Amino acid sequence: MTTHSTTCVLLLTAPVGVPFAVAGAFALAGARRRRAAVAGTARPPRQRGAAPRRVRVGAGAVASTPGPSLPETGGSAPGPPEPAEAPGRRVPRTSGPGGDPATGILPGAPPGTPARGRRPGRTASAPPGPGPGPGPRPRRWRRVPGPGPVGQDPSGSGAAPRSGEEAGRGRIPRAVTPWLALVSPLTVLACAVALARTVTRHGPVAAYGLRADALGVWMLLTVGAVAVLACAASGPEARTARRYHALVHAFLGTLATAVLAANLGIVWIAIEATTILTAFLVGHRRTRASVEAAWKYVLICSAGIALAFLGTVLLYYAARRAGIPEASALDWPALAARAGELDPAVTRLGTGLVVLGFGAKAGLAPLHAWLPDAYGQAPAPVSALMSGVLSSVAFTALLRYKVIADAALGPGWTRTLLTATALLTLALAAALLLAQRDHQRMLAYSSMEHMSLIALGAAVGGPLAASAMLLHITGHGLAKTVAFRAAGHVLRLRDTSRIGRVRGLLAQAPGAGALFALAVLALLGLPPFGLFAAELGLVRAGFAAGMGAVMGVVLILLLVAFAALGARAARMLLGPPPLPGPPARLPVAEAVPLAGGLVLCAALGVSTGPLTGLLADAAAIVGGR
Amino acid sequence: MPGTLHAQLLDLVCGAFLLAAVVVLWLRQLASIVRAFALQGVALAGIAALLDGHDSRWELLAVAVGIGLLRAGLLPLLMRRALTAVATGPAPLAGDAGGGASGSEAGSTAGSGGRAGGTGHHYAEDVSEARETQPLVNVAASLLSAALLTLLAYAVARPLVALHPTPATRALPVGLAVVLIGFFVLVTRRRALAQVVGFLLLDNGITATAFLAASGVPLIVELGVSFDVLLAVLVLGILTTRMRAAFGGTGIDDLRELCDR
Repeated sequence: MTTHSTTCVLLLTAPVGVPFAVAGAFALAGARRRRAAVAGTARPPRQRGAAPRRVRVGAGAVASTPGPSLPETGGSAPGPPEPAEAPGRRVPRTSGPGGDPATGILPGAPPGTPARGRRPGRTASAPPGPGPGPGPRPRRWRRVPGPGPVGQDPSGSGAAPRSGEEAGRGRIPRAVTPWLALVSPLTVLACAVALARTVTRHGPVAAYGLRADALGVWMLLTVGAVAVLACAASGPEARTARRYHALVHAFLGTLATAVLAANLGIVWIAIEATTILTAFLVGHRRTRASVEAAWKYVLICSAGIALAFLGTVLLYYAARRAGIPEASALDWPALAARAGELDPAVTRLGTGLVVLGFGAKAGLAPLHAWLPDAYGQAPAPVSALMSGVLSSVAFTALLRYKVIADAALGPGWTRTLLTATALLTLALAAALLLAQRDHQRMLAYSSMEHMSLIALGAAVGGPLAASAMLLHITGHGLAKTVAFRAAGHVLRLRDTSRIGRVRGLLAQAPGAGALFALAVLALLGLPPFGLFAAELGLVRAGFAAGMGAVMGVVLILLLVAFAALGARAARMLLGPPPLPGPPARLPVAEAVPLAGGLVLCAALGVSTGPLTGLLADAAAIVGGR
Repeated sequence: MPGTLHAQLLDLVCGAFLLAAVVVLWLRQLASIVRAFALQGVALAGIAALLDGHDSRWELLAVAVGIGLLRAGLLPLLMRRALTAVATGPAPLAGDAGGGASGSEAGSTAGSGGRAGGTGHHYAEDVSEARETQPLVNVAASLLSAALLTLLAYAVARPLVALHPTPATRALPVGLAVVLIGFFVLVTRRRALAQVVGFLLLDNGITATAFLAASGVPLIVELGVSFDVLLAVLVLGILTTRMRAAFGGTGIDDLRELCDR
């Protein structure tokens, strides 16, 4: 038992620890780089070389439609590291709306390449488009080239005079970055798989305040799978890469914490921390739209989720009055075990606040206003993570409170609350999908639609609805991730998110177009994808539970959403391509994981396979046997 | 018990706590609003210090000191810095500066603004940025709403008080009232920083509720929450300066880029 428990400790702590460690590594590398840059006052001409190089990339990208985000195909032979950033780099830019932040932090070039050798190769390889490298970027980080560096261009191609060792130390070679970026998603996924085996056989395991039960492991699996899809072959150009990666990995770590923490207070802290960590990812572009989205996001989510904390405080009060000692009064297992002793009136108030609060983060009405803006402005992988897992992780937290509330009050109270919220959300989402002209926001409203169905699954309760709900969470996470990343390609390709201006996608970019089409089919709830099975299960369970009227309304609204989403997607996908020319190809490194995600989503629709036991256990925690 | 000096002191502090929230509604000058918020932080620390910390008296006192430092010291300081950054006119592009946590060019406004706290008298203060000029609901109606919200809080809190009537829990509706007033500020105020104060009022109210109901949440949770709030305010401060850079002002009504058209 003891050897067994050591493994468990490892499996529990790794999903939380590793992402934070990776995030720390990225952040540290960035910080050292900056410090080194400040130390070395003399501006090596090399730097200037680096700057225009990037700009040229941008320019090439703009000019030649097909392949903007230049993957870093340039050589990566080992060579002297060069100083990354010099102080003069941070030229205060002439700011204006939509101004280019690019002049700011310009990164060094891929570390390993000798300056001379690279530049020519670079220029040659710049325009043509997506290359095979593992690092192409869902490109929303590109801006129009700013004025600054261009002026400096001519002096550029000088060789690096300084080897700048202190500057080079601590940098993460660019060739390593895509792989390092995969370390933490893969760790989370691997630990989740191992935990799934342990938990199905031996029941929940706990260590150091972390606890994995079937529900937590199911969510961790989803987080891991979605994170692998979102992070595979992704990452912005090096200018912001370190900050981006540091934030994304810390975000992943907080997600794992939120899923695994046993203490409801810690769960809350982790979920609030996700808001803070993703704020700058949402607002990365600093355009007016982006700043507005970030502001709404932070303010509405923080204020909304504060309500959830108030609800938690009230539950804590009820628990203390019920004689549960301070140390375990926020501990979910202890609370769930003794929920029957809690004061009903206080619990009712507390749960209501929690539903409102975590509902804000999960994208449920009435505090949903931040959602379409934030998903529309964040980089595609971040939108995917936020839509695919963050909202459902917040919802899982809500489910834990629901278990307590149901034991204390009977199922009626949370059922009423969740049904009302879900119907309101679904109606809003369907109406706004009908009027939608922006494909990023369209996907965001589709997320709201799916979250409302998930909430309905929780409201219906019972094993069937609970399994359907969990399946829905995973299926939606996978499909939405593919959809967002494909939409990111579309955005890069056409530089617009207006649906009306995107046509003939299948002809122009068969790879991205097909992935987008399949993902939308999955989101529409068509077989064989997992969402079909989930929605079918939900509706069956709903009718069986005597909620026929609600289900009728739901079906009508679903039909509206279906028609709206389908028609808009068809408009984007079909038709002749706008520009003649060879079709844009999707890099293999990016296409393979996304296709894998769709296959997984379809497989879930056919059979849950080895996960059947885990799913049943998780559903039992939420919905009772 | 209600007659004892201790209980009276607690009631007094709670009264000050609620009053500070009402004063925030009454004031228009953002600098004064921040000052009122700092006073409320002091009152909150007082509440924590005055509680009958049953077995963990010293721990509670330490928490009270920490809360006081954060909510009466650090958070108002951050707010004041953000306010200076926003309210002083567009600063000359001064070097790269300690652009702060944002590490950003937009941070140049923040950086010089921060310094301007000491030296920046040259810039004419932008009056419209430093005042809450156009609240959605005017001051008189706001005060009336505060009264109604307080009544609502008392009504809602009845089961909470009934569960365990002590001097502390009898004052519990005050915490809820501040939460509601915080929300009200958040919804009706149109300056970015005023909204941040609304969020912080909300948070103060929740902390007060936690203290009055159950002598505070466990220490680890309290620490985590304080840290989150601190980071949230930092992030909002940076976003405010970016908003100023992008929109030329911090009025929330200007945020109209994104909608479903």
